[in-house]
Amino acid sequence: MDLRFHGNRPSAEERAAIDALLGAPATGWQGGERDAARDGRHAEGGLAAAERRDLLLPCLHALQDRVGWVSRGGLEYVCRRLSVPPAEAWGVATFYHLLATEPRPPVVAHVCDDLACRLAGAERLCARLEREVGPAGAPAGEGNATWLRSPCLGACDRAPAALLFAAGEAPRSAVVAPVADEAALVDALARPAHFPPHELFTEHGSADLRRSVPQLGEPGLLLLARVGTVDPTSLEAYRASGGYRALARAVELGPERLIEEKIASKLVGRGGAAFPTGRKWQAVARARVTPRYLVCNADESEPGTFKDRILLEHDPFGIVEAMTIAGYACGCERGFVYLRGEYPLALERLGEAIAQARAAGLLGDDVLGAGFRFDIEIRRGAGAYICGEETALFNSIEGYRGEPRSKPPFPVEVGLFGKPTVVNNVETLANVPFIVANGGASYAAKGTAGSTGHKLFCVSGRVARPGLYEVPFGTTLGELLLLAGGVAGGRDLAAVLLGGAAGSFVGPEALTLPLTFEDTRAAGTTLGSGVVLVYDDLADLPDALSRIASFFRHESCGQCVPCRVGAVRQEEMLARLAAGRPEGSLAAELETYRELAQAMRDASICGLGQTASAAIESALARFPLFGAPAAGGERP
Amino acid sequence: MTETPIWFTPPPRSPRLPEAPPREVRERIALEIDGERVEVEQGATLLDACRAAGREIPTLCYLETLTPVNVCRICVVEVEGARVLAPACSRKAEAGMKVATESPRVATSRKLVLELLASSVDLSTAPGLAELMARYGARPERFGANAASVAQPVKVDNDLYVRDYGKCVLCYKCVEACGVDAQNTFAIAVAGRGFDAGISTEHDVPLPDSACVYCGNCIAVCPTGALMPKPEHDLRAVGRWDEARQTRTDTICAYCGVGCTVTLHVQDGAIVKATSPFENQVTRGNLCVKGRFGFEFVQLGRRR
Amino acid sequence: MFGAGGGTSSYREIEETDCILLWGSNARETHPIFFHHLLKGVRSGARLIAVDPRHTSSARWAHLWAGLDVGSDIALANSVAREILAAGLEHKEFVEHATSGFEAFRAHVEPWTLERGERESGVPAAVIRELAHTYATAPRAMICWTLGITEHHNAVDNVLALINLALLTGHVGRYGSGLNPLRGQNNVQGGGDMGALPDRLAGFQHVENEPLRQRFEAAWGVPIPPKKGWHLTGMFEAMERGELTHLYVLGENPMRSEADQHRTRKLLEGLEFLVVQDLFRTATAEAADVVLPGSASWCEAEGTVTSSERRVQRVRRALPPPGEARDDLEILFEIARRLGHDWGEPSAERVWDEVRRVSPAHAGMSYARLEAEGGLQWPCYDEEHPGELFLHSRLWERPVVGPRAPFHCLEHDPPVDRLDEEFPLRLTTGRRLEDFNTGVQSGGYVYPRRRGETLDLSPEDADRLGVAEGERVRVRSRRGAVVAPVHIDESLRPGLTFMTFHFPEEVATNLLTIDATDPVSGTAEFKAAAIRVERLAAGDSAERRDRSERNDLVEAT
Repeated sequence: MDLRFHGNRPSAEERAAIDALLGAPATGWQGGERDAARDGRHAEGGLAAAERRDLLLPCLHALQDRVGWVSRGGLEYVCRRLSVPPAEAWGVATFYHLLATEPRPPVVAHVCDDLACRLAGAERLCARLEREVGPAGAPAGEGNATWLRSPCLGACDRAPAALLFAAGEAPRSAVVAPVADEAALVDALARPAHFPPHELFTEHGSADLRRSVPQLGEPGLLLLARVGTVDPTSLEAYRASGGYRALARAVELGPERLIEEKIASKLVGRGGAAFPTGRKWQAVARARVTPRYLVCNADESEPGTFKDRILLEHDPFGIVEAMTIAGYACGCERGFVYLRGEYPLALERLGEAIAQARAAGLLGDDVLGAGFRFDIEIRRGAGAYICGEETALFNSIEGYRGEPRSKPPFPVEVGLFGKPTVVNNVETLANVPFIVANGGASYAAKGTAGSTGHKLFCVSGRVARPGLYEVPFGTTLGELLLLAGGVAGGRDLAAVLLGGAAGSFVGPEALTLPLTFEDTRAAGTTLGSGVVLVYDDLADLPDALSRIASFFRHESCGQCVPCRVGAVRQEEMLARLAAGRPEGSLAAELETYRELAQAMRDASICGLGQTASAAIESALARFPLFGAPAAGGERP
Repeated sequence: MTETPIWFTPPPRSPRLPEAPPREVRERIALEIDGERVEVEQGATLLDACRAAGREIPTLCYLETLTPVNVCRICVVEVEGARVLAPACSRKAEAGMKVATESPRVATSRKLVLELLASSVDLSTAPGLAELMARYGARPERFGANAASVAQPVKVDNDLYVRDYGKCVLCYKCVEACGVDAQNTFAIAVAGRGFDAGISTEHDVPLPDSACVYCGNCIAVCPTGALMPKPEHDLRAVGRWDEARQTRTDTICAYCGVGCTVTLHVQDGAIVKATSPFENQVTRGNLCVKGRFGFEFVQLGRRR
Repeated sequence: MFGAGGGTSSYREIEETDCILLWGSNARETHPIFFHHLLKGVRSGARLIAVDPRHTSSARWAHLWAGLDVGSDIALANSVAREILAAGLEHKEFVEHATSGFEAFRAHVEPWTLERGERESGVPAAVIRELAHTYATAPRAMICWTLGITEHHNAVDNVLALINLALLTGHVGRYGSGLNPLRGQNNVQGGGDMGALPDRLAGFQHVENEPLRQRFEAAWGVPIPPKKGWHLTGMFEAMERGELTHLYVLGENPMRSEADQHRTRKLLEGLEFLVVQDLFRTATAEAADVVLPGSASWCEAEGTVTSSERRVQRVRRALPPPGEARDDLEILFEIARRLGHDWGEPSAERVWDEVRRVSPAHAGMSYARLEAEGGLQWPCYDEEHPGELFLHSRLWERPVVGPRAPFHCLEHDPPVDRLDEEFPLRLTTGRRLEDFNTGVQSGGYVYPRRRGETLDLSPEDADRLGVAEGERVRVRSRRGAVVAPVHIDESLRPGLTFMTFHFPEEVATNLLTIDATDPVSGTAEFKAAAIRVERLAAGDSAERRDRSERNDLVEAT
């Protein structure tokens, strides 16, 4: 393409980082040294040169990992290498909040101030950082460090949490949760004794797993059986625990019977939409178009959700095996894991698991010697909740802005790279080995008729034992909370946010609610991604609503009007209501809000906009807030 | 420099008319629009079907020559049985669909879309929007006087056209026209995210430093006047732009031999703007910099 | 003979073809809207191959770019043909039934192995091979060219070389396959079609063909000289011989646009009587005895022009000509009246209807139809005829209707202006997107990135010469010298330089170019001059001399 460049050159470090990812450029036209005798006579390019566009985001990560930000020279070099128009690459780089397009210190602490963390003192931590390190985003520690506020980091089991990045030749990242020693964090950022502050990166999340998974080691667990009991870094240990028997069984069954078992299991997707997984697999398996792709959606970003992270960190082989079975069943040769950029340990563990599986012939050109080809690539997200929406995820993998596409067509017909694609959530996949090994019927016998199997719940907020819980569908909310030790400090339960920011609030009356898709639907609420965020009678609900509103304003991709502008208006209205200064009258403001919420729900492109008002509306309906009585009524 | 053609004798008349391969005949499907049965070709959109039924569906980000991006959501309609409303511009019609084009849900969404835009964007030069606001009873003021907006200074960084992103509704049309749908120059893209998203060159560099080749095909598709030829912008600034006094004449561009139809907008004896009809089979509404801006030579002082 | 003087195909076909061979054309900049159609084709899967000495903005869109030496087109085409034959990829059925002279052609190209092709054109053998195979194996394929083919001393041979490739592969006469010269000006095609050629009457009808000429004589009621006239270059030669003494120039600026300007100026100034009809007081007008201020035909007059896809389209008056300027038609009618012929009221439509009476290819194109149907493509034989989407479908009839299409055995004949130690650099000329010809039209608007005339050099040549971006240097050819700033351009390889001719008042590029012309088309070899580059010291007297030479030229005209 006849792209125009500015002559910004990459630094040697940036060039090396990109070349390490892409290989050295073959010709001067691709960004290499010009050899006039060769390059003056012939070139290959045009659209063919842009065929590696899907490596754009990995390249941006490589720059950021190496020097801490995406510089002009670095970006231009990437554009030359991948034949991406600079304006488009800029559009992509500025889309992701983990990427910096202005100079940024190499060490960054992303401090979560989202729902669960703010119940655990996140604002106090931020205030201290502001006081002692400096304003968010400002260089500190001799220009080597800075801190930023962040939406949910998926560490609500150990709130408050911070995510640390240190760019460099050997880039490091780690989640510190809980931030037990605030002073140490402040010191490391403001007064680094050495650089990078290694002590911050020693904690890698797994130290106190029993605290995050209180059921650890209990019998009868289907999804968490290996978590904390089988070494997640060892294929050998995984196999010794029964791993890869399901894949062998799958190959015995063959794709068609495999899918029949899946359908018999009545497993539905755990990402929030609850679509029957077997039907999804069948649609892709029957598609006439090839290649087909498998995507594991591990962009877990719903505030309050951390289940997929724990599965990936502590049972990565389980996901690799499940993906291999899915790839085999659906005739996909390539699988992608789209992993949240905020999950460094999961990235490490999953990458290691894939490498070991590949080395053992469990991934690659002839899996298990059974004559099928399947391999897995991990793609890191870069700080965009919207990329958990499956079509936005496709765009993100393909090297475009993570903007959702219009559906239909659905991914099973036109998905990743325009091809039929199965997208399954991590937890959904985690069910696969059990179903294959034990049969669909035995899975369907668990849970309830309408919601088969087990479900992971991310319990956080004001409970005695926040953490990840596995229960059969049909367990009531009250039973689940009892499992978590009840409301912390013996306070009274005020509200529970079910399903995350895109879910809805329920009151104490819901303690008897069986946690199933059908019962929650009937009660006008949702299981969503399995978030159970508990508020006691001291909690500041308007504050939570404001945080939810600001979350959606922050995470709206900006594509469609109802969500782009609506999310801002929603935030403004909540601020006015909280301040007791409604526009016009309280009734008028609430009526405007009702219409706004309806339009966002009805006319937004994707689930983000369609659900951005759900939690707030549910709170307004169930609780007296802002001087108005509970509006009552169910969410339509 | 004269290009002299290579000439030979006239060819003998072909015994048969040379024709394009026959187009695949698509099945016709029937659906209901506001209770009225209409038939369309398989593959037609709901917008096609609505138009076939004589319904006027408002659009903002839609244009026949561009790939639908369905972002403005003004064209939403209600499909019976669907959880959410469907963008008519891109949703394919299906046999048996029952579509309502002006249901209360549709009207509310359209009203809100208009209110959200009008409360955040300067729509003063957007043709047709005031009428739509009246039609749907939009009251953008109910979002308050301090509602966040995209107001910002006009970008005047070259002599050919100005960019007033305070008038931008982020319809993506200019990006599409600059990109794959027409010009393939990719000088601009959407950058940033959410309410902060906007049309931008890389690093927001001024246009002359960008890849822009000033074809102005972005101006042609802009629905709000956010993009405007500089002469029009300047005439408007002094209150002299008056479309009622303008004539429009279709002719052929004075430059290369492609034969692009140029519509000359003439006011007070001078060409004030050049466009091309979207339905023209050669241009599809597009021109190059010479066609769009290169008309001045006929009215330079040295000819008078 | 093969066909008519027009592109065989329609723009829409290039959107649906499988291979596009863009040869000697930077259509991205010179025909931008055509390139839109081309890119639609590329995005639908067509392979684009660019053959051009420079890695142009068009070539940057190509899957494959072949950077041949300037003027080695026939060598490359012969080698491509030889490779197609060697690989057995020719369309045997088409060759057998629709062409003539194949065996001689096969024998002629036999020595043109890939290695010889590489030696003579500079294009690597593997690239020639890929080009040949891609073009020959594509189900449908187009060849498009512009002045890179025609501005050579052997322009017609160059075109015939491309035609050979289409004949060999059957890539002509079918939807999506064809041969398309892209016209450089909005009515080059129409001018030729209307008989503004030395040997033609309207509708390509040869003036030396007795029955055809008689039809015109009957229609016009006057005898027509039965001999063909001079083309432009021939006219200058006739001026040199003293045979041409009176000249009426309409809408041309030869003082600036012709090659070897010193000579052009001398000859124009030596005329006994020069009339210039133009929009502006051009350099040529400055030398005229009579200047007739004309109109901008595209916006101040009614009429038609014909595009590169043979589409006749209406131009319309959007505003009146300024001041004393008049519609060109009015001027011609008035001259006729003063010469004693009353043609009545000037009317473009009446003139056009006369064309329709004498040119069968235009007979069906009434103004009403041109309005209603958005123009019509010739040939259009009657009011019911829709015009032809593409030409030469007759070659696919069995048996072939009309004459078979002949192969031509063509010799590689490098540019006349040879490179040697004294003039070691090849200068080729061309257009830029934002500018047009001598800048008379495009100079009317301010292009933000316009950089004026430059001598474009490869980074290696700039290094070797020790010149920097923007540095003014003297460019000297065997005919003259100009001073221009250097622009370093990676699209050039060492030994290849580039200039436009858009700024003749600043840098008279055509002082450098050679007037070696094609004997048939009369086009000069603007594409290939031999030059050297001389550095200037500050205040260099030579620079002043060059400047004053240029100023002389301006002042004298």
